[in-house]
Amino acid sequence: MQKMNITGKAHVYGDNIDTDAIIPGKYTKTLDLQIFADHVLEDLDPEFKNRIQSGDILVAGDNFGCGSSREQAPLALKIAGVSVVIAKYFARIFFRNAVNIGLPVLEVSDFEIATGDELAVDLKSGLVENLTTGRAYNATKMPQVMIDILDEGGLVHYLKKYGDYRLRMDER
Amino acid sequence: MPPELTGTRQMARQTIVEKIISAHVGSNVHQGEIVIVPVDGAMASDTTAPLAIRAFREMGGKRVWDPSRCVLVIDHAAPAPNERIANLHVMMREFAKNQDCVLFEAGEGICHQLMIEKNIVRPGHIFIGADSHSCSYGAVDALGTGVGSTDLAAVMLTGKIWLKVPGTIKIELTGKIPKAIQGKDLALNVIGKIGIAGATYQAIEFCGQTVSELSLSSRITMANMTIEAGAKTGFVHPTGLKLPYPFSPVSPDADAEYRQVLTIDASAMQPMVSRPHSPDNVIPVDRVAGEKIHYAFIGTCVNGRLEDLQMAARILKDVKVHPDTRFIIGPASRQVFVDAIKDGTVEILTKSGATFISPGCGPCVGTHSGVPGNDEVVISAANRNFKGRMGNPQAKIYLASPATVAASAREGKIANPLKYL
Repeated sequence: MQKMNITGKAHVYGDNIDTDAIIPGKYTKTLDLQIFADHVLEDLDPEFKNRIQSGDILVAGDNFGCGSSREQAPLALKIAGVSVVIAKYFARIFFRNAVNIGLPVLEVSDFEIATGDELAVDLKSGLVENLTTGRAYNATKMPQVMIDILDEGGLVHYLKKYGDYRLRMDER
Repeated sequence: MPPELTGTRQMARQTIVEKIISAHVGSNVHQGEIVIVPVDGAMASDTTAPLAIRAFREMGGKRVWDPSRCVLVIDHAAPAPNERIANLHVMMREFAKNQDCVLFEAGEGICHQLMIEKNIVRPGHIFIGADSHSCSYGAVDALGTGVGSTDLAAVMLTGKIWLKVPGTIKIELTGKIPKAIQGKDLALNVIGKIGIAGATYQAIEFCGQTVSELSLSSRITMANMTIEAGAKTGFVHPTGLKLPYPFSPVSPDADAEYRQVLTIDASAMQPMVSRPHSPDNVIPVDRVAGEKIHYAFIGTCVNGRLEDLQMAARILKDVKVHPDTRFIIGPASRQVFVDAIKDGTVEILTKSGATFISPGCGPCVGTHSGVPGNDEVVISAANRNFKGRMGNPQAKIYLASPATVAASAREGKIANPLKYL
């Protein structure tokens, strides 16, 4: 089950962070997931992997995770210790992949968050509080099917439990 | 075979993607709805299949839902450049053998090329590919969309996927295409206009007189590039589409509802390039003509087909590639390579100094077969130029049409191909 209340320190990046920046293609061909974390964001910020502490929060602007469909990108962030990614909006494949592997992602259309700010995130309500500035923001609600997948800790656990997809009646 | 797409079940006001999804779920759907859809097939490459196979097993998967519709392709790092990747390929072969699903070996070709060339994906189909360029299937009027490994594992297990029905941006191209302009230039023009996130969460439909005259190869180029604007999928209207088998085209209703309609005059277009480090950083080639290049590359799922190689051969016939430039060509498939050998294209290009590599994705994804050096400038007919894309973050990558790449290889600097055509 996914933990619903997260607090952590923000690491802030800009717009259009592509999946090659999150994990270069040359490192993606392995089942040793630690290799992804060892090279996470290395062409964008080589020091990130040394600075990040388990539970920290990644914050970005528009179109986070554009480009390739590689699930290695959210895996790299998760294994490196990122607890949740907040962005103005996400590229669609990355957004699905993150939920599928159990990395929480929140779309917040506008915010003021600086690197080093302490954040408190309630995944259930989508409330993001910047404890450093005292300001709070609301995330866009995810489709129920994604909430259900995230609740179970990802699509593997969801399908192991239910054996098939299920849509609640109010979704159609 | 896809479900019946004509008849009374069809309701007016639908786009292509709405029609295809409606036919699969058995009721009329419109943009914004969330649906669980039975699909026609699943595809994964050697970048995504190993994680998908692992996820499939972790889900408790014993047998794939339909082996004849599960396709594995060894193309992203093929033939294997090292033992770690060789062992991932072994894993894929063993899974394909045990499950009796379809496997294309290293050297057979790039996944998207094979899916279309081998007539696996057909008009009206929904095919889920664990590769972002699965949107290429819109060239044959099919819904192809890219997912990650775990979504793909779920398709292999259930034969289904959940989708949000996307809205659609219609892009009409009018006017006669000028000489030296290729499908790639059309696509780069569009991406430069709408931007890297211009079609996020949406489908694109290309239509108009200009598009209806395009070859299948150029249609694949156009559909392939729609992900570079963030699209979920991209279609080229089936008007003028020629396939080697009979098919029922899926066309949008005349009163289909679009999110946005753009009309672009193709007759005024110039050859375009994307500057480093983003595919939407598009300008006319003339604005950077003369910049020295070290490495020219033609290949990939977007531009490694016979007409692309033939275009390069027109520009390099009886002349040599510039001595300070290396020119690497990766045919999109073994069939493309054989066809290019038969018609003399390979001989012309090889004599000019080009090096042919095995059909596959290597240079484009930075795994092997042509990684650039520090501070080198590359002009590439691929679809992405993100920093580090070709395996070295110190290199600069320009994207262009095969004609522009070949003209640049000839001159050793970025060049407009018009003077050679």
